[in-house]
Amino acid sequence: MSDLSYVRKEMLAEQSPPATEIGIIGWLRENLFSNWFNGILTVLSLVFIYAVFSAILPWLLHSSWTANSLNECRQQVDAAYGLAAEGGCWAVIRERYLQLIFGFYPSDLYWRPLLAFGVALVALAPVLFTGLPRQMLWFSPFAPFLVPWLLWGGAVWLPLMVIVGFVLAYVVTRVLSAVMPGLLAVPVAALAAVLWWLYAVAPINDGLTVLIANQRIDAVATDMREQADRLPGEIAALDSRIADLRDQVATSEAEKDALFAELEEDHGSEAARQAVLQAIADLRGPRDALAALEKERLGLNEDLSHARSLLAGIEELPALRERRDALLAEQRMARGEEAEEIANQLATLDTQIAGVVDELGRVGLVPVESRKFGGFMLSITIGLVAITVSLPIGVMLALGRQSNLFILRAICVGFIEFIRGVPLITLLFVASVLLNYFLPPGTSFDIILRVIIMVTLFASAYMAEVVRGGLAALPKGQYEAADALGLDYWKAQRLIIMPQALKISIPGIVSTFIGIFKDTTLVSIIGLLDPLGLSNAIRANTAWNGIVWELYGFIALMFFVFCFSMSRYSMWLERKLQTGHR
Amino acid sequence: MSELATDRDIDRSKMSVSENAAIEIINMNKWYGAFHVLRDINLTIYEGERIVVCGPSGSGKSTLIRCINRLEEHQAGSIVVDGIELTNDLKNIDKVRSEVGMVFQHFNLFPHLTILENCTLAPIWVRKVPKKEAVETAMHYLEKVKIPEQANKYPGQLSGGQQQRVAIARSLCMKPRIMLFDEPTSALDPEMIKEVLDTMIELAEEGMTMICVTHEMGFARQVANRVIFMDQGQIVEQNEPEAFFNNPQSDRTKLFLSQILGH
Repeated sequence: MSDLSYVRKEMLAEQSPPATEIGIIGWLRENLFSNWFNGILTVLSLVFIYAVFSAILPWLLHSSWTANSLNECRQQVDAAYGLAAEGGCWAVIRERYLQLIFGFYPSDLYWRPLLAFGVALVALAPVLFTGLPRQMLWFSPFAPFLVPWLLWGGAVWLPLMVIVGFVLAYVVTRVLSAVMPGLLAVPVAALAAVLWWLYAVAPINDGLTVLIANQRIDAVATDMREQADRLPGEIAALDSRIADLRDQVATSEAEKDALFAELEEDHGSEAARQAVLQAIADLRGPRDALAALEKERLGLNEDLSHARSLLAGIEELPALRERRDALLAEQRMARGEEAEEIANQLATLDTQIAGVVDELGRVGLVPVESRKFGGFMLSITIGLVAITVSLPIGVMLALGRQSNLFILRAICVGFIEFIRGVPLITLLFVASVLLNYFLPPGTSFDIILRVIIMVTLFASAYMAEVVRGGLAALPKGQYEAADALGLDYWKAQRLIIMPQALKISIPGIVSTFIGIFKDTTLVSIIGLLDPLGLSNAIRANTAWNGIVWELYGFIALMFFVFCFSMSRYSMWLERKLQTGHR
Repeated sequence: MSELATDRDIDRSKMSVSENAAIEIINMNKWYGAFHVLRDINLTIYEGERIVVCGPSGSGKSTLIRCINRLEEHQAGSIVVDGIELTNDLKNIDKVRSEVGMVFQHFNLFPHLTILENCTLAPIWVRKVPKKEAVETAMHYLEKVKIPEQANKYPGQLSGGQQQRVAIARSLCMKPRIMLFDEPTSALDPEMIKEVLDTMIELAEEGMTMICVTHEMGFARQVANRVIFMDQGQIVEQNEPEAFFNNPQSDRTKLFLSQILGH
């Protein structure tokens, strides 16, 4: 055996790596061509990508943006890119994007949903981004009252009176917890708030409305009479202008069609193509003018019918009130079936009177009915509420499911398993049809509210299971350490358990959020006009009949933008909450 | 492991045992389902005592000290800690827990909070100490366990020994009257055991009442005033450390000591 000992005399200096390890070539070798099999896969993938793009790109590039029907889209594409060209007809998006976003919400009130979502964003921002000033959190609790009022409208004091209910509950809790145990004070306070909302809000609202209505009635009547006299003339004038413009547009369109026929005959000479494109471009101005006029006339028509019906209501009001008094007097005498009959008549009469008085005495925003909601506005409304409410409910359900209290646990498990075992569509049908059977007759419960409740409950059940996963991943030692330090159950949950369990569950929670947001499209099944429902409505129009890719592509793109931002946010949040290896 | 935990002389001036009982356990029994884990435990621990509990695994020593702050529930007998009897009354339990500090084998620091936040959380939320004062106390104890410079790091960035010292500081921030140690060095690398034991010795020198489940016999010899040997859920033998190690009485104790001291 030779000598085994070895001592290094000098340390080696660092050398630069070979060219195959760094730079573009190194990267290519490492990532695309590391062996012959990966090389083949890379080449095949490139071929596939090329095939996809060579099919889609020309279609995207040869798009038409200015036409006003599918047919004209084809004419424009043919004229611009040759008779064989295929191109997207994005003009439908240009014409209908507002409808896809707002549904049938009155166009002069678009500022309200926009403002409402702005308010919601400002309220959520400090919750989502802890870097923002903490004072912003003071505004957040008001958003839940402000947003529905902006969306649905109504008297300015309604949100205030709802807030008063919460204040009342708080005051009652404070007062009662001094004299009785806190566990009893909370339900009593909740009862007080519910009683306030059920039995005090409506009479106060009615009283205020009547008060203001009585003061305004004469001024409004004069105003309406003036409108009813003035508007028909204005409408007639508009009508004649519209008729003229329509003729002009129809003539131009006929000319354009003739030009296109020529183009098809001589197989696309340069001059004929330019002529068709020019004709379509020239149509733009008159068409926009026509659309503006028609919108104006629609507004005037609405004003007129509003003025007329209100006027009729005002004139009828004394008679209605007399009749009501008479019926009330009769009711005192009546017995049995007769009394029931009178009660029914009184109810109809009351709604009639209320219709006029509400209109007269409104201080606030014009109400917008739920069936006018639609498009992304509807999806975002449902999605936003379901997302923000389902997380706390889900946390409570998850805790309930882990509780030692048998009955509480049984209720939570039963709820979660029932909701998860039933398809969302079934629940939506329950919301749209069955729920009315369970409610007392005469109560009308807004359809969007019903849908929101169902979607929220559905999401909560899934959320509960996601959060439970996070709870299960926490080592038992965390509970023990919290207990050993003397933290009670709620403090331990709030300070120790939930921050960690929710952090672990972030990917699952955000997946559920994204799922809920996409599931809002299912409401089209019960007749609400979400973006998909609207796309059907748009295709029912003869001008756009047969258009598919562009509409669904646009809707998909919008959904993707929302869902992708949620996903990016969750990744950012995970990185931010990273506190070193566990 | 017969080597000594510390190489310096221990200052015994404050290590005096009072006449007052800190913990009284009378005829205590506990079952896990049908399994009888703790059988007729009778034990009185006086203020200022430093007790080491040892025994083979599964002998119930961890369960015993976990009963003292009600992490485990006992089914029969009574446990009185600092004059408060442990029953199902949540208020009593929380009161006892805020008087009794506990250090776990696996540290159980809160990984989402910084070292400082770990130490100030319970004083602020349980003792309602103002934040500024809580931070001062926390820094005081972090200095005492010799890691004030780590205050703004997260537990995941510290070594095992450092984490265990933070865990001790976290318990001390609640100003407990009794400290429970549940195998505090068992999950540590050999190099880090000493730094944790040194911290515990310093604590003992200040007169803290301590109950420590450990297999560090050097620590037991140096610091404990009583060693308790448990087997099969029962206290088999207890004595002063010298007598316990040099002259064990029961066969079971002799066997145990020969096994852990023999190699």
